[in-house]
Amino acid sequence: MKRILVYAFLISAFVISVFPFYWMVVGMTNSAVDVIKGKMTFGGQLFNNLKILFSSYDMAGVLLNSLKISGLTVIGTLIVASMAAYGFEMYSSASREKVYSILLLSMMVPFAALMIPLFRLIVKLGLLNKHSALILTSIASVFIIFFFRQSFKSFPKEIIQAARVDGAGEFSIFFFIVIPSMKSTYAAAAIYSFMTSWNAYLWPLIVLQNDKQKTVTLLISSMSSAYFPEYGVIMAAIVIATLPIITVFFTLQKHFVQGMLGSVKQ
Amino acid sequence: MAGGAASGSFAKSQDRYGWLFVTLALILFGVFLLYPIVYSFYLSTMSSKGVTQNFVGLDNYIKLFKDPMFILALKNTIVFFVIQVPIMLFLALILATVLNDKTIKFRGLFRTAIFLPAVTSLVAYTILFKMMFALDGFINTALMNLHIIKEPIPWLLDPVWAKVTVIIALTWRWTGYNMVFYLSALQNIPEEIYEAAEIDGAGKIRRFFQITIPALKPLIVFTSIMSTIGTLQLFDEPMNLSQGGVTASTIGPGNSLLTLSVYIYNLCFKYMPNFGYAATVSYIIVFIVAILTVIQFKVAGDRN
Repeated sequence: MKRILVYAFLISAFVISVFPFYWMVVGMTNSAVDVIKGKMTFGGQLFNNLKILFSSYDMAGVLLNSLKISGLTVIGTLIVASMAAYGFEMYSSASREKVYSILLLSMMVPFAALMIPLFRLIVKLGLLNKHSALILTSIASVFIIFFFRQSFKSFPKEIIQAARVDGAGEFSIFFFIVIPSMKSTYAAAAIYSFMTSWNAYLWPLIVLQNDKQKTVTLLISSMSSAYFPEYGVIMAAIVIATLPIITVFFTLQKHFVQGMLGSVKQ
Repeated sequence: MAGGAASGSFAKSQDRYGWLFVTLALILFGVFLLYPIVYSFYLSTMSSKGVTQNFVGLDNYIKLFKDPMFILALKNTIVFFVIQVPIMLFLALILATVLNDKTIKFRGLFRTAIFLPAVTSLVAYTILFKMMFALDGFINTALMNLHIIKEPIPWLLDPVWAKVTVIIALTWRWTGYNMVFYLSALQNIPEEIYEAAEIDGAGKIRRFFQITIPALKPLIVFTSIMSTIGTLQLFDEPMNLSQGGVTASTIGPGNSLLTLSVYIYNLCFKYMPNFGYAATVSYIIVFIVAILTVIQFKVAGDRN
């Protein structure tokens, strides 16, 4: 009896979690009226919705923008954040520990508290409406530095010592020995960084004021606030925007969960 | 000691490499994070209308308490985290406990499915919920077909129901995320402890409250701090749930979804920009976060 209750609980959690995904895929094939009425079966509007999405809106353009921004952010973050984490973890020094604790403290500060000066700085640097305004500001992610450092803690120091004895330079040890052996951690950080960048809303909303530079997230948001929202088309946009993340997540899921757990366990 | 000098120069070069590795991150951190945080505090003591800026000291902070919009935004934000965070974390704990039981079938499938909402973008899932919770939308239709309700619920048209919708939406999005953290910690609790408690006659519920919760206390504190900070920054959901989005005149019916972050945005980009006053509101969030963090650590005791 208890078993049945537990399974009933799990199955309802499963249905509630997954249903919106099913619904958005179904919605993509239906007309606006059917979507809002909550039609649960597939319709014949898929082609039409996609046509509208790619002709009335600059879907292809914003997809490319989002891919470019997220891709460059991931590359930048992986290099800069992992190097910093390595520096903090492998070369211990009291003064760097102090700097590190300032970094950690800054994680507590909500984005809203720095958004205004940051916006003015971006304007002054002439980066308004430039994608670099998004990339540069997210590369030094404190959370990812923290995440990498937690993982480096378990990296065997003997390997580094041995490489030093063999005459390898500090940077080549990092790039050619440490990075290749920490693929799980890098994959997890990449997913996290990609997701954050791809899904960002508030900061892009402020910094990207031209339609040409906008991201997928911004386009979806503006589509849904139209006076007569085309729900079927919006659903198609949501599916397309969600697809890359789900794909990345499922292909790297093992790494992601491992990496996340690894950082928590410390 | 001959080795002393050599190891001293080795330590020095090690220290130099340490700085080299962190330099790039520190430069970006300083320019794009530390400087704005500090400058924002300075701004909060200024009054800026257009291009002119005047030092006003703590006047902005005093002004806050006479500003009905600020009070409303503060109230709304507090309602969200006081109600939503405990519900979500409790659900996440129960799910994690259930899924930690190795005799349950399809654990991996359940875990993945329940985590799945956490990969959606905040904007995308909010819009999905906006459609589902429309007056003639899926949720109302389903509830009426099941004869649970007679009249459609005005989810997004009534101030109280609008808050309920946001709470449901947030719980959907974040429960699985927190569950994964708890699951990982649960795997570190030795099974013998549970077995011993079982022999002593402790039931499942007692074991949950007397072993699981105390063992996870540091993590519960961590997740509640992170969730609280997240809720205090609530922006994407209220913005995209309200009719008209960014340009809406009210955020939710009767401004019932106006949060502190939305108010800051409005002060900067919708009304006549007053960056100084907006910075003041943003520092209120910082103070709340600081206070809550201290309280939560106190509650948790001195562990970690």
